[in-house]
Amino acid sequence: MNRVATGESRSLARPDPLGLALFAVGAVALAGLPFVVFKMNRIVPGVPLDFGAALPSRLAVPCLLVCALSAAAAVAGRSAWLRLVTALGGLAAVAAAAAAAADRLTPPGNLVFRIAPGAGCWLLLACAALLAVDAAMQLRPGPIARVLGLVICLGATGMAFSRGVFDDLSIMREYAVHAHRFAAEALRHLELAFGSLAAAVAFALPLGLMCHRLPSLRAPTLSLLNVVQTIPSIALFGILMAPLAALSAAVPLAAKLGIEGIGAAPAVVALFLYSLLPIVANTALGLQRVSPAAIEAARGMGLTEGQILRGIELPLALPAILAGIRIVLIQNIGLTTIAALIGAGGLGTFVFQGIGQTAIDLVLLGALPTVALAVASGVLLDALIESIDRSRA
Amino acid sequence: MIEIERLTKAYGGTTVVDEVSFTVERGSITVVVGTSGSGKSTLLRMINRLVEPSAGRVRIDGRDTAKEPAHLLRRRIGYVIQGNGLFPHRTVAQNVATVPRLLGWDETRIAVRVRELLELLQLDPRDYADKFPHQLSGGQQQRVGVARALAAEPAVVLMDEPFGALDPIIRAKAQQDLLEVRRRYGTTVVVVTHDMDEAFRLGDRVAVMSRGRVLQYDRPAALLTRPADPFVTQLTGVADRALRLLSLRRAAEVATASSPSDPPIGNTARVREDASLRDVLSELLWSGSPAAAVVDAEGRTLGWLTVAAILAQARAS
Repeated sequence: MNRVATGESRSLARPDPLGLALFAVGAVALAGLPFVVFKMNRIVPGVPLDFGAALPSRLAVPCLLVCALSAAAAVAGRSAWLRLVTALGGLAAVAAAAAAAADRLTPPGNLVFRIAPGAGCWLLLACAALLAVDAAMQLRPGPIARVLGLVICLGATGMAFSRGVFDDLSIMREYAVHAHRFAAEALRHLELAFGSLAAAVAFALPLGLMCHRLPSLRAPTLSLLNVVQTIPSIALFGILMAPLAALSAAVPLAAKLGIEGIGAAPAVVALFLYSLLPIVANTALGLQRVSPAAIEAARGMGLTEGQILRGIELPLALPAILAGIRIVLIQNIGLTTIAALIGAGGLGTFVFQGIGQTAIDLVLLGALPTVALAVASGVLLDALIESIDRSRA
Repeated sequence: MIEIERLTKAYGGTTVVDEVSFTVERGSITVVVGTSGSGKSTLLRMINRLVEPSAGRVRIDGRDTAKEPAHLLRRRIGYVIQGNGLFPHRTVAQNVATVPRLLGWDETRIAVRVRELLELLQLDPRDYADKFPHQLSGGQQQRVGVARALAAEPAVVLMDEPFGALDPIIRAKAQQDLLEVRRRYGTTVVVVTHDMDEAFRLGDRVAVMSRGRVLQYDRPAALLTRPADPFVTQLTGVADRALRLLSLRRAAEVATASSPSDPPIGNTARVREDASLRDVLSELLWSGSPAAAVVDAEGRTLGWLTVAAILAQARAS
């Protein structure tokens, strides 16, 4: 009971609050929620199986050990590296356990039974992922380290998929059925999201510059774009159908170029319109923040207006502009999913087909890659912005 | 040489600079001093045409500045502003190299010039060339600003409140640097300031401006002894004008060759030849000596200064 002992026990016993919370959630998920759901086919409600029932003990015990280790590290671990490695281990162990359960529960050759990850499995994966992200952020990785981490994570996941580790899980069963279309729809998704982004950048940068140079235009332009931003996406897709259909009917060239009331044209137009506000506003703000003294000095030394814009203003506004582009990119990847509703294609096709067939695995086949794309794009652009910021401030 | 002739700037009905004329001799420092709103900054900015004159003209070494494109004119004129205006995304070396790059100098010549200027301004190129402006102190940033203005060997440098943001010790150092630059390169300098002490310390000539007009363009001592306008007296101050006058004379100018008739006993004060009479007087008062030996850099006695001889210099006439 002396002071030294108290101090020591305090430093040992103070648990990490996030680690403790996630440990509690994980324990409930493991003990009380189904780990996998067994379904006779892809649309009927299934039979929930808990962790013990889903796996034989020779597989369950090692997985539980890894999970316990990462939980212990999360609650009491001091080293962020230890927490990161054990969290990633936990993530891999839970994923492997789900794959093994699906493998074990599916009779050989049967393609009708579906083994879907249950609520417990998803919660455990989410807990482990949160722990890994939290630990990684504590390490304060630089831009290069972040991109490297992303590449390693994607590489490891991709390798597991290509080796067929998850082939018996329900989502991969859906993939197997739709494999002939998946790559094309994913590519279409990227085309729609990045194509509309590129068009928006080409249009919004000059518009942002104009808002900066002519302050009287700034408020009306931003208000107008704000109104566009508030139109619900489904409504905007709908609103665009009539005029584009009319355009297609009236102008043969437009029809020849593939512009129709439904399909890619209204989707790209709508995504383009949604992209304008963040880029225009951030461009104007970034330019406004450039030090007036630097511009005055540049002019006084004989730089031309074009040289000032290219050499001083745009480079200094670049981090703000990229932050706007980052918002738009993630927004577009998400919104493109809805564009499938008007026949534009993309990963949203699977989502809406899945909803129509009440096949939740098909919904996930569209939704999970969309989330992965958005996260990866966010990490890459963050790294780019930070590498620019670091080189100067 | 800068010849300013009836230079005028009017915005709408307001005349900010009103028919100002004066000539800045080659290699001299002219300080334009005035209260805020006196038009002194506008006057300066008309020299490099950051502000286009409404009337009148400026000739630099005989060439009318209106006869060439403004951006080409500015590349021949150094420009330093308050808060230095360094480019935050470029290194010290890149900042200094701005105008030589615009002029298309080759890389070797630029590198040599950047190194020379950083050394002149006591910024070791090995330590500072690749630093970014935010990694420097305020005084160092200001010196980089001066180096950048001098980079393309301009015959004329314009400075708009260049030392306004610096603390007194750093400011005195920066003023010394400027005098050294002028001595070394023979640059013609026009400085705008509202600080009368700065005007007295730097100026070969001082132009006092008020409400767009130059009230007096003269040597600093003449502003004290023959003020052309009550405003000049008000600006230079009355209380310490005798001491101001002393601060404008150097010891070597006044020292007499013969030692005082009543030679000082004990430790005689020794002062450097370039000390101002004000500093010598202060030294004599402090040490209690009736006279000081004026010595050169090697310590040889050049002459003598007595308190009485110094006081004689402080009289108005």
